[in-house]
Amino acid sequence: MQFGIFSVGDVTPDPTTGRTPSEAERIKAMVAIAQKAEEVGLDVFATGEHHNPPFVPSSPTTMLGYIAAKTEKLVLSTATTLITTNDPVKIAEDYAMLQHLADGRVDLVMGRGNTGPVYPWFGKDIRDGIALAVENYALLHTLWRQDVVDWEGRFRTPLQSFTATPRPLDGVPPFVWHGSIRSPEIAEQAAYYGDGFFANNIFWPKEHYQRLIDLYRRRFEHYGHGSADQAIVGLGGQVFMRKNSQDAVREFRPYFDNAPVYGHGPSMEEFMAETPLTVGSPEQVIERTLKFREYFGDYQRQLFLMDHAGLPLKTVLEQLDILGEEVVPVLRREFAVGRPAHVPDAPTHAALLAARNDKETVTR
Amino acid sequence: MTTRTLAVVSAGLGQPSSTRLLADRLADAAATALREQGADVELVPVDLRDHAHELMDNMLTGFPGGKLREVLEKVGRADGLIAVTPVFNASYSGLFKTFFDVLEPGTLEGVPVLLGATGGTARHSLAIDFAMRPMFAYLRAHVVPTAVYAASEDWGSNGTAGGADALTERAARAGAELAAVIGGTAPAVKPDPFDEPVPFEDLLAGR
Repeated sequence: MQFGIFSVGDVTPDPTTGRTPSEAERIKAMVAIAQKAEEVGLDVFATGEHHNPPFVPSSPTTMLGYIAAKTEKLVLSTATTLITTNDPVKIAEDYAMLQHLADGRVDLVMGRGNTGPVYPWFGKDIRDGIALAVENYALLHTLWRQDVVDWEGRFRTPLQSFTATPRPLDGVPPFVWHGSIRSPEIAEQAAYYGDGFFANNIFWPKEHYQRLIDLYRRRFEHYGHGSADQAIVGLGGQVFMRKNSQDAVREFRPYFDNAPVYGHGPSMEEFMAETPLTVGSPEQVIERTLKFREYFGDYQRQLFLMDHAGLPLKTVLEQLDILGEEVVPVLRREFAVGRPAHVPDAPTHAALLAARNDKETVTR
Repeated sequence: MTTRTLAVVSAGLGQPSSTRLLADRLADAAATALREQGADVELVPVDLRDHAHELMDNMLTGFPGGKLREVLEKVGRADGLIAVTPVFNASYSGLFKTFFDVLEPGTLEGVPVLLGATGGTARHSLAIDFAMRPMFAYLRAHVVPTAVYAASEDWGSNGTAGGADALTERAARAGAELAAVIGGTAPAVKPDPFDEPVPFEDLLAGR
């Protein structure tokens, strides 16, 4: 099982000091956080993609390419790549290039994006959100698997004799997850292709994500990719930890109360009861995270949101130390207990390449 | 015997509340008419005041928490809706609007709805037609022709035009209209997109 972090990349004033980091500081902080993730033994760093302030990560492959050069083992991912408003041809090229530079340490989470104006800014219509996600991904999927593509669709100019370069590393396309907060169509899409499904698992009660993941697992089996419990599931989560839980609560409360997404709404206690947010001791985080397996079945990837709402870099790095030293080793051990042998790990480039070679040997 | 479920939503703020009083009266009238059709009736009373914090939290977080989630599900499953608000500033109250703003889009499509409103004087009665009806038309609800407005004086007078008897009569007429529409429709069965997803081939083909 893989553990990691995902970053929204928000530039938010620290509510305890009123200080807002510059874009340069925030961008460098994201890099430092990714490096720290590798240093403390995490497996994955994923960046968001946004095209409006107060967010900095508009150019994910630039950032991930830089981090790739600074790390050795970390898998670089996205949370999410906008499959609706980006040109699928450019996604095919950018991420294949990144895949080569990072020696295969790349996968992507596709998402639609929910910022209305981004659609018209990129020449699209938000009402076509699902249709764009379906058509654009169908093209991307083809571009990574077929050397020469003739293609025509609703949303971009047709292609005749087009070859996306570079070709995927070793002829193995980056693994793709599909992320959705509420659309059954996206769970269906992930199941159809046998891709992964990533549930952000932050903003809604677990019952909501259970329905999406159940649908994905059921349809994964329907489309013949394996049994439902072999489907590839990733989950988000959100934690803030201190040795003593009361210290964690006291320190995180002003960040919660002023957070851009849910601030000034429910109390932190209410939000913790309703969503997977855990503010407390490392033991509490372990206990809560282990419950995810009961709710969603054995899964492949757990990402935590750690660096948002104006938390200073120093604090985030401390959080990563706790996560890497005290939490993840226990989670790795505990999640392995009773995990059926036929439940796969999260696909890596090496695993996908080996599977491809096995298949070719059989065919020959 | 068929059981028909009626959600009775009141945005009254007082306790007791004349808005709840009117909602109950309309519910009685509709239930009586439905029973005359031979149906069993289950009433689901909802006082929005009890969920005021959860409604605002839902606005800010994007998801319904706690008891509100159950309430929204129950209203979504009902065969008919009675919706009653106090008139504030020539319109429905903010609390009333908030409830319908957080209800999942499509929830009220084709759902039979009876509207009611309360106010200090009869001068505000057109708020039903100028504010409430357009919103429910937008929600594609099936709103019955008679809506009932109750001013303070309606609760004390009788016999004279606009008095208590007139209120009783209007409530009975409105309730009968709602029961007739509900009786003419099959019990609410909403397909669940999580149980029956659109097959991906259809999505790919743009269907």
